[in-house]
Amino acid sequence: MPAAILARLALIEARRGGLGWLALLALVLGVALAGFLSQLALTESRMLQAAVVAALLRVAAVFLIAGQVVASVRREIDDKRLELSLSLPFSRSTQYLARLGGFVALGALLAALFALPSLLWAQPLAVLCWAISLACELALVAAAALFFAMTLAQLVPALAATVALYLLARSIGAMQAMAAGPLAPDNLLQELARYALSAVALLLPSLDRITRTDWLLYGAPDGASFLSGIAGALLYAVLLAAAGVFDFQRRTA
Amino acid sequence: MTRDERPLSVVPALVWGVLMVALAGQIAWRTLQAPPAPQAEDLPPTPSTQALRLAGFGEPNALARVMMLYLQAFDSGSTNTQPYRRLDYGRLIGWLDAILALDPRSEYPLFTASRIYAEVQDTAKSRAMLEFIYREFFVDPDHRWQPLANAALLAKHRLHDLPLARRYAAAIDRYTRSPDVPLWARQMQIFILEDMNELEAARIMLGGLLASGQIKDPAEARFLAQRLKDLEGRMERAPHR
Repeated sequence: MPAAILARLALIEARRGGLGWLALLALVLGVALAGFLSQLALTESRMLQAAVVAALLRVAAVFLIAGQVVASVRREIDDKRLELSLSLPFSRSTQYLARLGGFVALGALLAALFALPSLLWAQPLAVLCWAISLACELALVAAAALFFAMTLAQLVPALAATVALYLLARSIGAMQAMAAGPLAPDNLLQELARYALSAVALLLPSLDRITRTDWLLYGAPDGASFLSGIAGALLYAVLLAAAGVFDFQRRTA
Repeated sequence: MTRDERPLSVVPALVWGVLMVALAGQIAWRTLQAPPAPQAEDLPPTPSTQALRLAGFGEPNALARVMMLYLQAFDSGSTNTQPYRRLDYGRLIGWLDAILALDPRSEYPLFTASRIYAEVQDTAKSRAMLEFIYREFFVDPDHRWQPLANAALLAKHRLHDLPLARRYAAAIDRYTRSPDVPLWARQMQIFILEDMNELEAARIMLGGLLASGQIKDPAEARFLAQRLKDLEGRMERAPHR
């Protein structure tokens, strides 16, 4: 399958760019920091390690994948390699999705690596759920980063847009709870703000429901909530991929 | 991930000098600005749970535990002979409440409430903390009976308030349903009424917890063993009554 070559190129570029070493460094630093914090804990020291390592590595994985995708695509565009690849006998959809496939595979590898330390403190089934969920989350982030890197002209705006979308998706649930809380003033402006927030939420994935640390602390999630969470993330990744392909079809070069 | 580089010898001496001076300056500056241990009056007002949830970006469990480490640093300096006594307990309870709201299944807030903050040599503050533990017990009696059991002992031996101790012990008996709650905890009223000293009661309680496998965390086991040792030392020094 010739399109697989494009996916493989994404993995080779990540390896040659030292992403593997960066991932290992993040893993070691995360475990070391959690180990230090657990020494200060009076109780739940193992839970503290599990929670801190999981939270840190989740953020590190997202940052690594977003940075890798945006930098790789922008370099390809700036070096005019994208123009060259457009001359290859693949459809534009195939080219876009093959690249995305490579980045999704990279995310899956990162998720597997970053889930390993959790086996020290959590049940294997819970760790497996967490790893699968992180892989889906990274697929979504890769799709977002690829979309913004292709559509926005510069590296920094593309990276900023990816990070903003991710952070907003992780905090939108808390924002909605604040807007609907009993302390919120009951007036027309507040009502409008609440509706606006609900409208924004419709356009975002609910990342606060997936890759949850409490799975590692208190046991694996029930099947229904786990599947609905990752299905939501994958659905959003498909939406971003479709939007990216749509934009890529219209691209002049 | 390699790049072509010229040898270090081509870097001008002036650039070397500026780099070294700047590095030394940075280290000296940070040494002078070493942060002092947080004092009791530094404890800020409790942020709202919703604000904390927003700040946690969907990681309430990790945030709750890191916040506990942050909280226990206040008024706990090594030169402090009576740690935590000067804390504003209204704020402190607010913080513990907020942390519990972030992760209701965490045992850390009520553990510190009963084992550290309730043991201060200030009756009013100790009572406030015991009432907080009692209030929170009803949210999940089957998982929060341990702090209340310790609260009952503190009420009897530190506050010398037998009715209060019996109220706490009776609550454990009446509201716990789980088979994981040991019999001695359900029958706490009996040994609250018995004429035993604090050390004997603590030994029974800690021995019971260890024997039943309720204490799994090594840090907690170490902490409780040290507490028992401290109590033994204090009882030896105290005049016999």
